[in-house]
Amino acid sequence: MDQYINAPLSKEDAAKMKAGDYVYITGTIYTARDAAHKRMYEALQNDRPLPIEMEGNVIYYMGPSPAREGRPIGSAGPTTASRMDKYAPSLLDLGLRGMIGKGKRSEAVKDAIVKNGAVYFAAVGGAGALLSKSILKSEVIAYDDLGTEAIRRLEVKDFPVIVVIDKDGNDLYETAVKAYRKE
Amino acid sequence: MRTIQVSEVTQNIKEMCIEANHFLTKDMKNALEDACEKEEAPLGKQILCQLQENLNIAGEDMIPICQDTGMAVIFMEVGQEVHFEGGFLEDAIQEGVRKGYVEGFLRKSVVKDPLIRENTKDNTPAVIHYEMVPGDQVKITVAPKGFGSENMSRVFMLKPADGIEGVKNAILTAVKDAGPNACPPMVVGVGVGGTFEKCALMAKKALTRPVDQHSSVPYVKEMEEELLAEINKTGIGPGGLGGTTTALAVNINTYPTHIAGLPVAVNICCHVNRHSVRVL
Repeated sequence: MDQYINAPLSKEDAAKMKAGDYVYITGTIYTARDAAHKRMYEALQNDRPLPIEMEGNVIYYMGPSPAREGRPIGSAGPTTASRMDKYAPSLLDLGLRGMIGKGKRSEAVKDAIVKNGAVYFAAVGGAGALLSKSILKSEVIAYDDLGTEAIRRLEVKDFPVIVVIDKDGNDLYETAVKAYRKE
Repeated sequence: MRTIQVSEVTQNIKEMCIEANHFLTKDMKNALEDACEKEEAPLGKQILCQLQENLNIAGEDMIPICQDTGMAVIFMEVGQEVHFEGGFLEDAIQEGVRKGYVEGFLRKSVVKDPLIRENTKDNTPAVIHYEMVPGDQVKITVAPKGFGSENMSRVFMLKPADGIEGVKNAILTAVKDAGPNACPPMVVGVGVGGTFEKCALMAKKALTRPVDQHSSVPYVKEMEEELLAEINKTGIGPGGLGGTTTALAVNINTYPTHIAGLPVAVNICCHVNRHSVRVL
């Protein structure tokens, strides 16, 4: 079913989502990928504050291409989420409510999703030009030196994603593939 | 002997980096269109439609098809009658990549050292493969390679006794393991034979063969067709979210090998299987 939700994401909205739902997100989300995750993880290990609040927020695993003049952002599709698996459970425990990426997650991440009532969404990989059209504004807010891997605050409108792992631990990558397997 | 100025190489490579990241070749576009018509899963069909819309936006608004504009892989087929003038060829190629990525608003995804990981900020260096060929022309292929799919690629050093079934199993294993991570529908490039590095290079080069062209070797063509059908039965589907389109093509290249070995490399590419080819 199609759902229209706002970000930051409330616990109630997160709980409504089922694996397989098509969801349009409007509001504020943040980007972070490999290098930013590594840095946030190190900050946590050293009791230093994170550059963004986790509670209720959605992180988009994405490093954009540069924006042409007059545009908020360049191409902006998801990167492979599993590379963030090492870091995601700590962030989920701090209240991170949504992650947008592509590809499978580890059991540890799934457990942390269920435990914290979060959601893992997939955006269509390799559709960066199309997805960029749902991003109205982009601003680097931390780790500027990381270039494309810096943390950005994005204002999005009807950003299209699909629920892959819901708060009950259902995983669309497993169920949908079985439905079309012909072996 | 024919003289080519290296500045001509730089200019062409710059343009080709930009072109490859905004426009797919006709064969790829056709394959995606066909897949959209044939896909059985409703969500899969919707995703394939979005990929076509994405291609239209990329071309019209000059936004890269994918934000991962790749590490530039360049095949140089250099005629032995050619003489380069005006500088060192390799420098000219790297300069073309630098200009293409900086002036073309492409993402800089290359780090200088694999462990220290400091971004070079201009996407150089490219990975360059040279081949000497007869004649006085230079054929350049620029193939930017994204790493979502590159990370799912594999080399298998099989035993001769594993035979054709072993090769098929290796390819299917790599594709199944790649699943949603490689942004399906994929193009599967395969190298069979040669040595450890030769099969990997063949697999990479196989990705630059048009997806509507089969191997000229009859048994290899049969294998390509059979494997494509098998892969599309896995259920992985567009975006890995279920469906009947998991791959658009399987391109296999072969080479003589050693009596003791059967190397197989599987280089997986996403649906943004980019390349630009020019002959100077």
